[in-house]
Amino acid sequence: MNVIVCIKRVPSTETNVRIGSDGKSLDPAGVEYIISPFDEIALEEGLRIKEKAGAGLPAEASAQAGDVTVISFGPAETATTLRTCLAMGADKAVLLKPAAPVNPEPFVVASALAEAIKQMPHNIILCGKQAVDDDNSQVGAMLARLLNIPFVSLITKLEITDNKAVVHREIDGGYEVLETVLPAVLTAQKGLNEPRYPSLKGIMSAKKKPLEENTVTPAAPGLEIIKMEYPPIRPAGRIVGKGVEAVPELVKLLKEEAKVI
Amino acid sequence: MTNPILVFAETQDSKLKKSAIEVISEAKRQSDNLKAEVVAMLIGSGVEPLAKDAASYGAAKVIIIDGPDFKSYTTGAYTQALMAAVEKTKPQAIILSATSNGKDLAGSVAAELKTTAAQDCISLTYDNAFVARKPVYAGKAIITVKIAKQPAVITLRPKVFPASAPDASKSVSTEKLPVALSADSKRVTVKETVAAAKGKVSLTEADIIVSGGRGMKGPENFKILEELAGVVSAAVGASRAAVDSGWRTHDDQVGQTGKTVCPTLYVACGISGAIQHLAGMSSSKYIVAINKDPEAPIFKVANYGVVGDLFEVVPALCKELKK
Repeated sequence: MNVIVCIKRVPSTETNVRIGSDGKSLDPAGVEYIISPFDEIALEEGLRIKEKAGAGLPAEASAQAGDVTVISFGPAETATTLRTCLAMGADKAVLLKPAAPVNPEPFVVASALAEAIKQMPHNIILCGKQAVDDDNSQVGAMLARLLNIPFVSLITKLEITDNKAVVHREIDGGYEVLETVLPAVLTAQKGLNEPRYPSLKGIMSAKKKPLEENTVTPAAPGLEIIKMEYPPIRPAGRIVGKGVEAVPELVKLLKEEAKVI
Repeated sequence: MTNPILVFAETQDSKLKKSAIEVISEAKRQSDNLKAEVVAMLIGSGVEPLAKDAASYGAAKVIIIDGPDFKSYTTGAYTQALMAAVEKTKPQAIILSATSNGKDLAGSVAAELKTTAAQDCISLTYDNAFVARKPVYAGKAIITVKIAKQPAVITLRPKVFPASAPDASKSVSTEKLPVALSADSKRVTVKETVAAAKGKVSLTEADIIVSGGRGMKGPENFKILEELAGVVSAAVGASRAAVDSGWRTHDDQVGQTGKTVCPTLYVACGISGAIQHLAGMSSSKYIVAINKDPEAPIFKVANYGVVGDLFEVVPALCKELKK
């Protein structure tokens, strides 16, 4: 079972967003970058697929049970992020660096990933359900379209049997059980698993694992970013009162001032 | 007349979703400026009777792709259906609602059209091309994008665009479009749909959300929030701390790694207001915070704050609202 996991390097969710001098993008000064949290869940699932496939096999057969490859489209700094993925347990990494700076909108990213993945053995491709920077939720669906393989988003459970997968997909107010033939692209939702931390041994061995860097010509973007702004500032908070004594006043405000109840 | 605006009108339980009504209403407002027609498309099984509803909100024409193959949403089947309507109508824009399925379908269709969808937009204007605003970093910033390619693929965030008043006198022109699913579109099948508790209000479409955090102290205490939610027909949400503690399921989580919500009223109980949580709920119209720590960051964004023990305040609030 060869698993490919698509990774994006994003600002930590604790980042206080400051807009850069171009007025169109995040000021990167002082920003800590992480693996997008949903991609981390996708990677954990990929590692578990491999571990399950190799379980009980002799060492040599286990080594041939397939690889977990992480792939990312991004700037040179993304190599550090991919190295963390290798430390978590991925076998190899591929970084696709754009030949010229480009806004990494989903079609640009998915096109580059699809071109590279076409050349790689793959039984299953996992992505996060969305990157937590541009919140676009599109790369997975696009990748499936460009590779002409099935797609299921928002999975919270995955079971693989032969060349099929049975997944749970989150829907409003419940979940669906779907079956898909493989290879397929699946996107991970929170609840699928709890990602592991890299072990010391993992960190040491990651240094020796292959990380291939390729320069690619990005596709033409479909969107032009005109500006970035801060959300409207909320009026300063107001304390109605303390404890249960404040409740009648609160209800009065909700009914008469806010008129929301 | 310019090329039409094609709208994917999502249905649920034999009704148009509220978010679909919002999308048709907004498409109609856009089309009036552009001298274009709104073509709504209904995909599903037994969806034909909803055509008159779509018309009452402003669709001049309704394309119906109806059949057992479309009973449940799968990306492949719905992409094939939507692309058939795109071929037929040559739209200048395809507008969907930014629901789970809408976002999923938008990405897939955008790839077919070799472009990127403007996803989860909160405003839409036209200046030689569609220009949309969309939150990024879960709402910590908002970007404005010009959609250069045609057709533009756009999804609109639920609960942001107003629904028009329906006009039942509007006549409807319908067209049934036969779509035979390709073998490729049948590679994914829905085996079962498991609904959560009946009558559960979805977080992204709820008008009121009552949410609990670390201050709830344990899963059993969420029953007081559920009771409050029952009184005001609200959905129950949770902070990441409550979800990571295993007190609530992950689909209840509000925040940067959960859902971004914009209800009319958000009641935060025992939630301190970490930056990731604030990002996910700060666009709520009104925020109430109940927390015993007067220094909690949540009070900075709350229209109405009550400093106190939520285990006393929430039941009292419930009682007062029942009066």
